[in-house]
Amino acid sequence: MAAESRPAPTPLLKDELDIVIPTIRNLDFLEMWRPFFQQYHLIIVQDGDPSKTIKVPEGFDYELYNRNDINRILGPKASCISFKDSACRCFGYMVSKKKYIYTIDDDCFVAKDPSGKDINALDQHIKNLLSPSTPFFFNTLYDPYREGADFVRGYPFSLRDGAPTAVSHGLWLNIPDYDAPTQLVKPLERNTRYVDAVMTIPKGTLFPMCGMNLAFNRELIGPAMYFGLMGDGQPIGRYDDMWAGWCTKVICDHLGLGVKTGLPYIWHSKASNPFVNLKKEYKGIFWQEELIPFFQQATLSKDCTTVQKCYIELAKQVKAKLGKVDDYFNKLADAMVTWIEAWDELNPAGAGSAALSAGSSK
Amino acid sequence: MSQAPIKDNEVDIVIGALRSDLSSFFNEWRAYFSRFHLIIVKDPDLKEELKIPDGFNLNVYTKNDIDRIVGSTSISFSGYSCRYFGFLVSKKKYIISIDDDCHPAKDNKGNFVDAVAQHIENLTTPATPFFFNTLYDPYRDGADFVRGYPFSLRNGVNCALSCGLWLNLADLDAPTQALKPSERNNRYVDAVLTVPTAALLPVSGINIAFDREAVGPALFPALRLAEEGKVRWETIEDIWSGMCVKVICDHLGLGVKTGLPYVWRTDRGDAVESLKKEWEGVKLMEEVVPFLQSTMLPVTAATAEDCVVEMAKTVKQQLGSSNPVFGHAADSMLEWVRIWKTMVSRPS
Repeated sequence: MAAESRPAPTPLLKDELDIVIPTIRNLDFLEMWRPFFQQYHLIIVQDGDPSKTIKVPEGFDYELYNRNDINRILGPKASCISFKDSACRCFGYMVSKKKYIYTIDDDCFVAKDPSGKDINALDQHIKNLLSPSTPFFFNTLYDPYREGADFVRGYPFSLRDGAPTAVSHGLWLNIPDYDAPTQLVKPLERNTRYVDAVMTIPKGTLFPMCGMNLAFNRELIGPAMYFGLMGDGQPIGRYDDMWAGWCTKVICDHLGLGVKTGLPYIWHSKASNPFVNLKKEYKGIFWQEELIPFFQQATLSKDCTTVQKCYIELAKQVKAKLGKVDDYFNKLADAMVTWIEAWDELNPAGAGSAALSAGSSK
Repeated sequence: MSQAPIKDNEVDIVIGALRSDLSSFFNEWRAYFSRFHLIIVKDPDLKEELKIPDGFNLNVYTKNDIDRIVGSTSISFSGYSCRYFGFLVSKKKYIISIDDDCHPAKDNKGNFVDAVAQHIENLTTPATPFFFNTLYDPYRDGADFVRGYPFSLRNGVNCALSCGLWLNLADLDAPTQALKPSERNNRYVDAVLTVPTAALLPVSGINIAFDREAVGPALFPALRLAEEGKVRWETIEDIWSGMCVKVICDHLGLGVKTGLPYVWRTDRGDAVESLKKEWEGVKLMEEVVPFLQSTMLPVTAATAEDCVVEMAKTVKQQLGSSNPVFGHAADSMLEWVRIWKTMVSRPS
C-alpha cells in the first residue's frame, strides 16, 4: 500500500543514461533541448554518407559513429545494422555502457503542457522507468505510482508491487505517427489532444512501438531492441521500431517486465512525404497481417531466462514460421542472431544476460 | 468512421436511489437526463419517500414493485444492488447507470461534461481489444490508428461496456483512502480506450453504461459481502459483476472501454469507519483475480446467458469451498439468469 509522501525530485541519472540520436542531416534541434539534455552523454549515430560532417552544437558531451566506424567496430557483423534508415540507431544501444537509453528523432522538439510549460520529456521517462509497471491487472486510474493517483477499489494488494519497468514509450503532439495511407487521407490532421496519463500495456497485448520518443532500461531489455534490416538494399522501411516493439513486448511479457505508454509528449515537427513512405511501408502493410498473429501466438520456453536466449529463440521461430511469407524474414532472422552475437561481444559482462530475479526494482 | 445515430428511445437511464432526497441530483443532471426515459429503483431498505423533481419521463420502483414483479427469489436487491432490478425491467438496448451521489463533472476547459452522451458515443463506436492503439480511441475526432496498426483489425468490434471515471472522490478502497485521507482525483485524463482482450480490470459500478441486448444478463447482484453497506467502500458486487462481464466480452469478441466520461463524486462516508468492518472485499479479490484470469468458457457458450451459467458452475466448483460467499454468488448468478429469462419472455 502506498504511503502518503511528498514528491521527491526525479533523480537525474546523468551518469547512468545515454541519449541516442540517429541523424543524416544536422543536430540543430538539440539547441531547444539544451536545458534538459546538456548534462547527459549523447551517442550520435550518423546515417548515410560518412564523409559528411555532422555539426554537434557546442557544449554537449558526445561520441559520434558513422558507417565507417560501424564497419570498423563490428567487422562482418556490421551487416545487421541498417544503412540509409534511422534503424541504424540501435548501434548506439549496443555501444552504450549505460543502464538507461533515451532515443529521440532529430525532428522532435520540446512540447508544452496544457499550462504552457515546457515539457522535460527526459524527466518523465526517468520517472516512468524508475517506478513499477502494472501489466498483470489494469488500473482504471492509469499509473498508480503517479502523484495524485493510486490503485482503485478491487485491485488486489498482492499485485500492487508491480513489475520492473523495461520500456517507456512517449507520444507526440502536432504531426501524429500515422502510416502512409492514413497520412494521404488525412494530410492536415494534427494531434492536439494532451492526454495526461501514463499507463502500462497489459501482459499479452501487443502495440505499435514508435522509436521517436522512447526510453528503456538497457540492462533489462537492451538486446531485444534490435531495429531490424531496413533502408538501403532492403524491401521495407518504417517498420524498424515496430519490429523491435513486437519482439520486446513478447520478451517483456515472458520475463515479467512492464512496458509503459503515454506521457511524455514531444512536439513532432516534420511530416515525412507520404508517397515516399508508402513505397517504404507497402510490403509491411501486407506482411504485418502475418506478423501480428505470429507475435500474438509466440511462446518462449521456460529455459529462456535471459533476453538474449529469448531473442535467439524468437529468431528461430521467425525463420521457421515467417520464412515462407518472404525470404526477407530468413535474412532478418539471421541478422537477429548476428545482432545478439555482436551485442555479447561488445558487452561481455552481460547487460541483460543476468537471469532476472523475481520482484520489482526501482 | 461513421457512427450509427442513436434514438433517444433506445436508452434507459437507471438510478439506484440510496438516499431519499434526489432533488438536487436530478436538477443537476436535468440537461443530460431529460431527453431519456429513466428507471428509478428505490433501495428496499430506504424508509423515506423519494423526492424527485418534475419534468422527467420516469418510472419509480419500490420494494413492493420488486417483490411483486420478481416474486420469490434468493437475490437481494438491497443497497447498491437495487439498480440491477432496473436493468431487469428495462426494455431498451442501452443502459446508463450512475450513483446518486455523483454530479456532472467539468472538463479541462471548464465545460460541464455530458456523461450520458459520452457513454452513448463509447457504446456506438467500435472497440479495439486485439491490438493497443497508442493514440487511444482511434474513432475520436482528431485521432486515428497509428503506424503499425494492422489494417484487418481497424473495423474493431462492438463495444458492450463503457466504464466511466470519477473526479474528486475516486473509487479507491477503504484502506487506501484511509491512508491518504485528503487525496482527491483532480486529473482529467482526456482519453477513451479499449481494455485489451484477456486483460482484466476492476469495473466500478459508480458510472457505467452497457449494451443490454449484448451483455444484460452478465450484470448481476451476486457477490454480496457479509457486512455490505451503503457506501461503495463496503461493497464488491460491482467489481465482481464487472470482471465477469469482461471475461464474457473477451469470450464473445465484444469490447470494453474505459476512460471518459468523468462524473464528480461527492465527499461522503468515512474510509476509516469502513475500515473497521473486516476487509472482506479486499481479501476476496486475492482469490477472485487469479480465478477469473484463468477462467475459460466453452466454445458452446454463445450468448451472455450461456456464459453466466458456465461461469456460475466454475465458481461453485473452484471457489465454492474456499468461502461460502462464492457459493452464494454462484447460486445468485444462476438465479439471475432464471429471473432474466422470465422477464424477457414476459409480454411487456
